[in-house]
Amino acid sequence: MREITFAQAITEALDEEMARDPSVFIMGEDVGVYGGILGQLAGLFDKYGPDRVRDTPISETAIVGAAVGAAATGMRPVPEIMFCDFLGVPMDEILNQLTKMRYMFGGKAKLPIVIRTLIGAGIGAAAQHSQCLEALFMHIPGIKVVIPSTPYDAKGLLKSAIRDDSPVIYFEHKLLIVMPLKGEVPEEEYTIPLGKADIKREGKDVTVVATALMVHRALAAAAKLQEKGVSIEVIDPRTLVPLDKQTIIDSVKKTGRLVIMTEECKTGSSAAEIAAIVAEEAFDSLDAPIKRVNAPDTPVPFSPVLEKFYMPDEENLIKAVTEIV
Amino acid sequence: MAIEKEKLIDMYHRMVRIRRFEEKVVDEFAAGRIVGFVHLYIGEEAVAVGACANLGDDDYITSTHRGHGHLIAKGGKTERMMAELFGKKTGYCKGKGGSMHIADVDIGILGANGIVGAGIPIAAGAALSAKLRGTAQVAICFFGDGASNTTRFHEGINLASAWKLPVVYVCENNMYAISVPQSKHQNIADIADRATAYGIPGVVVDGNDVIAVYEAVGEAVARARRGEGPTLIECKTYRHRGHFEGDPTPYRTKEEVDEWKKKDPISRFKGKLIEMGVLAEKEADEIDREMKGEIDKAVKFAEESPLPEPEETLEDVYA
Repeated sequence: MREITFAQAITEALDEEMARDPSVFIMGEDVGVYGGILGQLAGLFDKYGPDRVRDTPISETAIVGAAVGAAATGMRPVPEIMFCDFLGVPMDEILNQLTKMRYMFGGKAKLPIVIRTLIGAGIGAAAQHSQCLEALFMHIPGIKVVIPSTPYDAKGLLKSAIRDDSPVIYFEHKLLIVMPLKGEVPEEEYTIPLGKADIKREGKDVTVVATALMVHRALAAAAKLQEKGVSIEVIDPRTLVPLDKQTIIDSVKKTGRLVIMTEECKTGSSAAEIAAIVAEEAFDSLDAPIKRVNAPDTPVPFSPVLEKFYMPDEENLIKAVTEIV
Repeated sequence: MAIEKEKLIDMYHRMVRIRRFEEKVVDEFAAGRIVGFVHLYIGEEAVAVGACANLGDDDYITSTHRGHGHLIAKGGKTERMMAELFGKKTGYCKGKGGSMHIADVDIGILGANGIVGAGIPIAAGAALSAKLRGTAQVAICFFGDGASNTTRFHEGINLASAWKLPVVYVCENNMYAISVPQSKHQNIADIADRATAYGIPGVVVDGNDVIAVYEAVGEAVARARRGEGPTLIECKTYRHRGHFEGDPTPYRTKEEVDEWKKKDPISRFKGKLIEMGVLAEKEADEIDREMKGEIDKAVKFAEESPLPEPEETLEDVYA
C-alpha cells in the first residue's frame, strides 16, 4: 500500500470532503496561500479558492463565532485555530455557544463544525505553543474530541468528523506532522467511525492506553518490554468523546493491569478520566494499581533538555510497567 | 419615504404585543410562577420592531439576554415563548433554555444569548453563510452599549467589514451596562463613531422613534443586500425596568426614569399614527385589547402545558 504523511492525510480528508459537499469550507489564520502553518492544507487554496479556503484576521473569537453562525444556517465550517494554546481566546464561543446552542434550543439547531488545532511539545515551541489540552474539552458536554496518532486514522477520522452533525474538536500533534510520520493509507475512500478504539498492538500482560504521539512511544516501549518477556497491549482510543470504554475494559479484563500514557499535565487529564472509568467499572479485573504516565503539572519549558524531561517517553512507561508486573 | 398603512399598523401591533407580553411577565415573575433571570425590554420596543420590519422570514437575527422584544418582532409566537418561561415542554426550547435562550431557527432567530456580545460574530457567520450560499439573506445583530466594549465587537465587526458581509449591527444604547453608565464605561458619546475604525457607515438614530429606526435599518439592509457590507446603527433608548426583574436600580434617579417615560416609544408612535390619520384612538384601543387577549391566551397555554419529563435532561446534547 502507498505511504503518505500525517499532513497529507489531513489534506486528503479535507480535499475529499470539500469535493463531496459544497457546504464544507475552511477558515483560519494563514490557511490560504500559506497552506496552514505546518502545511496541512497544501494545495487546497489553489483548488477551492479564497471563498472556501478563507484567510481570516488574527481573531480567534470571530473565527469560532462566525463558524457557529455559519453552521447554524446550513454550512459545515472547518475552522482552524493554529495552536490549541490559542483556544483560550475563543473559549466562550466553544464553552457557551457551540456546545450549548443545540441543547439550549431544545434540540433544534445543528452545529456541524470541526475545529482543527495543533497540540503537543517536541519542537522547542515553549509554553504557549506546545500544550495538550484535550481534557479541557472532554469536560464540556456537546463537543466530540478526536485525537489521531497515524495518517490512516487522521484521514478516516477527519472525514467522519466533517460529516458529523455535532461539533468536533480535532487535535493534530505537531511532531507527527514535522517528523514527518508516514503511514499506509489506501487510495480508495474510507472513513473511521468516531467512538471506536484501535488496538495498535495485541498483548496479554499489561494494557497501555495512549493517544497521539504517545501511541508511538508506547509501541517502542512495548517492543523493548517484549524482549524482557512482558507482553503489552497498546490501545489508542482515537476519540476521547465518545470514548470506547468497552475496548479498554475488555483489554483490562484480559491483562489485569492498566497504564495510561498521555502527553497532558497529569492533573485532570484524559488519563485521569480513563483511570476513573476502569476503577469504577472494572475494579475486580485489576491485579495491580492503575498507573499514569503524563507530563508534570508545569507549563511546557523551552530548553531542549527541559522539554525532553517534560515529555513522557519510553523510559517513563517502562518504569511504570515494571512497577506493576 | 412613504410607508404603507398596513406596514405601520403591523409595526404598532408588534410593539404593543411586546409591551403586553413583558407586562405580563412582570406579574408572573412577581407571583413566582416564572423563575430565573428575566431581562425586560419595556421602553426599547421601537428598536426591535423598526429593525425587524425590514426583514423576511428567511433573514436572520441574533438577540441578547434582553431578547423577548427581538423575538416577537421577528415573528416568534408568544404562547411558545411564555411556555418556555414557564419551563414547559411546549416552550420553544422544551424548557431547556428559558428566557435567555429562546430561539426559532426556522424563522431565522438564532437565539437570545446570555453572554454579552456573543451574537456579534455569530451574526457575521450567518451572513457569511448567506454569502457563500449565494442568497440575498441578511442578518441583523442586536447588542447593547455594554457589548460594544467586548472582544467580539472588534473581532466580529472587523471580520464582517473585511469580508463585506450582509449584516447590520444594531446597537441598543440604553445608557447602562447593567449599573455602569455609558460615561463611565467608554470615552465616547456615540458608539456609532466606532464604525470609522472598520470603514463602514455609522449612524445614530433616536431609538424611541420606530420610523427613524425602520428607515435607518432599511437603508443598511439594502446596502447589505447589495453586497456593500455592514453598517453600525446606534439607537439611543432606555429601559424602563431594571437590568433584570428584582434589580433595585440604585444607579439611576426616578427623575431620569420619568423623563424617559415621557418619550415612551409606543405612546409616541400612537400619537404619530393618529396625527397621520392612519389610526384612530378607538382602533388603538382595539389593538390593545386584542394583544392583551393574545397574551392571556399565551399564559393559559403555558399553564396548561405539560412539564418536561426529568429524564429529558439527558437529551439533545449531541445531534
